[in-house]
Amino acid sequence: METHRIFANFHAKGCFDAVDRCVFAIAFFVLGTGISTHGVAADKRDVAPLPPQVEKIDKALQQGWLEADVRPSPSEDELKWCRRLFLDVIGRIPSYDELAEFAKDKSSGKKQNLLNRLLNDDRYTEEYANHWGTVWTNVLIGRNGGMEDRTLTNRAGLQKYLRDSFARNKPYNDMVYELVTATGTTKPGSENFNGATNFLAMKVNEEQGTQATAAVSRVFLGLQVQCTQCHNHPFNKWQQQKFWEFNAFFRQTRALRKYVSGTRDIDHAELVNQDFAGEGRRPEQAEIYFQLRNGVTKVAYPVFLDGTEIGKSGFVSEVNRREELGKLMMGSSYLDKAIVNRMWSHFLGYGFTKPIDDLGPHSPTSFPELFDELAKDFRNSSYDLKQLITWVTMSQPYQLSSRITNSNSKDDPSLGETPLFSHFYTRQINAEQLYQSLAVATQANKAGSLEEQAKRRDDWMRQFVIAFGTDEGDESTSFNGSIAQSLMMFNGELIREATSIAPGSWLQNLAQQKGAPSDKLQHLFLAGLSRRPRSEELNIANQILVARKQDVGGMLQDMWWAILNSNEFIFNH
Amino acid sequence: MWSRFATPMGMSRRHFMSHMAGAATMLGSSLSLGHSLRVHADTLKANRKSCILLWMGGGPSSMDIWDLKPGTDNGGPFKPISTSGDVQISEHMPMMAKQMHHMAIVRSMSTREADHNRGRYYMHTGYVPDPNVDYPSYGAVIAHELMSQRPELAIPPFVSVGGASEGPGFLGMSWAPLNVSSNGRIRNLDSGLGKERIGQRQIALKAIEDGFIGQRRGTLAEDHRKVLGKTYDLLGSEQMKAYEVDKEPQEAKEKYGINGFGQGCLLARRLVEAGVPFVEVDLGGWDNHQGIFRTLENDRLPVLDRAMAALTEDLDQRGLLKDTMIVWMGEFSRTPRINADAGRDHWARAWSVVVGGGGIKGGQAVGATNADGTEVVGEPYSSEDLMASVCQGLGISLETTFTSRNGRPMKIANSGKIIKELFS
Repeated sequence: METHRIFANFHAKGCFDAVDRCVFAIAFFVLGTGISTHGVAADKRDVAPLPPQVEKIDKALQQGWLEADVRPSPSEDELKWCRRLFLDVIGRIPSYDELAEFAKDKSSGKKQNLLNRLLNDDRYTEEYANHWGTVWTNVLIGRNGGMEDRTLTNRAGLQKYLRDSFARNKPYNDMVYELVTATGTTKPGSENFNGATNFLAMKVNEEQGTQATAAVSRVFLGLQVQCTQCHNHPFNKWQQQKFWEFNAFFRQTRALRKYVSGTRDIDHAELVNQDFAGEGRRPEQAEIYFQLRNGVTKVAYPVFLDGTEIGKSGFVSEVNRREELGKLMMGSSYLDKAIVNRMWSHFLGYGFTKPIDDLGPHSPTSFPELFDELAKDFRNSSYDLKQLITWVTMSQPYQLSSRITNSNSKDDPSLGETPLFSHFYTRQINAEQLYQSLAVATQANKAGSLEEQAKRRDDWMRQFVIAFGTDEGDESTSFNGSIAQSLMMFNGELIREATSIAPGSWLQNLAQQKGAPSDKLQHLFLAGLSRRPRSEELNIANQILVARKQDVGGMLQDMWWAILNSNEFIFNH
Repeated sequence: MWSRFATPMGMSRRHFMSHMAGAATMLGSSLSLGHSLRVHADTLKANRKSCILLWMGGGPSSMDIWDLKPGTDNGGPFKPISTSGDVQISEHMPMMAKQMHHMAIVRSMSTREADHNRGRYYMHTGYVPDPNVDYPSYGAVIAHELMSQRPELAIPPFVSVGGASEGPGFLGMSWAPLNVSSNGRIRNLDSGLGKERIGQRQIALKAIEDGFIGQRRGTLAEDHRKVLGKTYDLLGSEQMKAYEVDKEPQEAKEKYGINGFGQGCLLARRLVEAGVPFVEVDLGGWDNHQGIFRTLENDRLPVLDRAMAALTEDLDQRGLLKDTMIVWMGEFSRTPRINADAGRDHWARAWSVVVGGGGIKGGQAVGATNADGTEVVGEPYSSEDLMASVCQGLGISLETTFTSRNGRPMKIANSGKIIKELFS
């Protein structure tokens, strides 16, 4: 191998141990071959058939490429595809051993096999649940949720609820119903604990529950209504009346503060439904008022967006408004489309609409028929999220390389073009994925319970959150490719730990293993980038080794630092 | 991407290469050092313009600060006082009252975005949110346009103190703000390694980085390399001393107010003195849906008044105000009508912003609102018009056109009109 020629001057012997686990695995990597551009596997003899939705997706997209006169990029290298799948499905890059396991599978169904492992093997249940719990915590309460002064949200409580839900692969509709109708306390260990209450705990007490109104409609139904709170919007079909009718569903709900005994410090909150007298003080017909811009006052009762009315009573014993809302949402096709769009975007970088949580009629939609069909199919699959993940990750667009070619360079959604998914869209991994990836790559993930790990990660995450300080709890992140992020990657504590060569560190262990420096370098590149080093990279490593007087640990440390700081590492591609 | 200037990558690359110098001897002839460019910094310094945006997150109430309506139902309890200019402002802004000869109030802003996110985006960019185009914000636009005046600047030209600001849009992440807190401390500056070692690592990084870009993985990968370059520049630079706001004498700190916004304004002055063309300082807490008058009188206005007055006076005394624009605004204002919780809700139809310095004619109010503050009387002004006026004050041509990579031309400030009274 060329690699070894270049590294021949590392050691006079130039030898490596043939039974060394690492070298053994590399032999398999080298044998990896390209895959068919049509779906996942051309030869399906030894594989369970793919669900029909995969072909449905492939056909619709191929038609779209034909019409737009673009050609798809070739399939991505298999090891890089493996990295992609790990990042998207369990929130981190694969370890060296996991890559080797994938490379060893010579069957034509190796990609399906890998996906099955990530979705169904007990080894990955925790990580799968943890990853999606994190994704949904950020969707439901943002990265700052639970960190506010005098907060009512218990972040760990929500994470626990979500982790449990994803670990059991709870049907998506059940999860939504629980989050929308939850009652109970927010804090794990407190009496009547229900972690799902943390979604709404901070959104119901202030401003007549308008935050709950906006969040439930946006997150679960893909409808942006916040602008219609104050006035009819020129390009939004949903008018002010609708906003307040939807809002009326939340008016029985309160989050009660529970104090640390003997103090005024909030310990946790309890989300309850209480009789609502209405703003006209007639609980049997509890109405609310809102004002049009011309000053005229109007009345609203709970009415779902399709026009379905429920009882007007404010007595919980007669009408539980949130439960009624939950049931009505279960019948809405917006529920199906919102989640399909969110998941599609999670895996493919863009949704069928931009933004993904705006399905209003004013939003242009790409592949509208496919979008409709997948939404219906998802409902018919009993809202099984693992099914939906399979449809998307086994489809052709998810196999494509992120390398842009001359025949698809115009497919660039960052320029405002409608996404055609003719190549994989390179995107930065988020801070949570970085954290988890480093934990696994450097074997720092062994310490502590899941809760403790989540807490350590959340503490680390706080440096990137910038809250806007409005009532809506808007926020931004500086982990967005900025200089602050670069500085953290250069010199931050997390990276120092990951690149440590102290006794017992993983780099030190690697340095002390048998084998030539070239093998160890291969190990590094595979662990970080899911590929072997190129000759110019080997060359530089070699010169660093010479400059550092054959200190292999030091060379590995510098190269690992360089790998972690590269675009290739920080992007999912 | 901008047609007028090439992206000034040259500097980043030059710095990058000089950091490599130690390591390059080790690596032999594979690297050639960039040619160092000498500039006449002093002559450029004389003309360089800057802008400080005081961003009031949440939407402050114009009627209680800059455009009072005493004796009306909507007016609230605050009384107007006379100032050093030909305008009256709130009695709770006594220090600014002595600086108003430098400042102009535009009382006839009229916009349509009354949602926080949309309003913040619109006021920062001159464009309403568009899912298909990501527009650059003030800081990115101005930093980009004014960089050519300061080739010696090695630290980020767009700084956001105590808040997130808005992003660089299609200009790319290398024009994103450096977010710092008001104490000026920036995390992770020290690697604890010697120059040679850092240089070796950077050469290895460059090989991986360039290899990936060479595979055509999209513009994000290229932006990443540009941000690396800017980070290298910053790490080696003496100019970072500008961030050491702690080193200011105690009396200066107290003059601005010992609080986040006060120290942020002091930091902004230091950064402008060091040549940074755009600094945004964030003061939140204006989303006063309830109990507005108590909050304003006891909390927000004293903080604002002290810091803004100190900043204006300091810049003037140092001869910097003629080249430094101060812009005060939030995403919108608050309803003239006082609600049942003694608060005011969101109102964008008639409101005020304040500008000063950089050739602005101070001491005046431009435009007016009607008796109860609900409507603009006369010509209304938009975010675009304000942005055009700021560009005018900074000497940035309104003919500047950006061409996005898909060839769509976009005029700076979204073709806003200059608010002429500001310059007469």
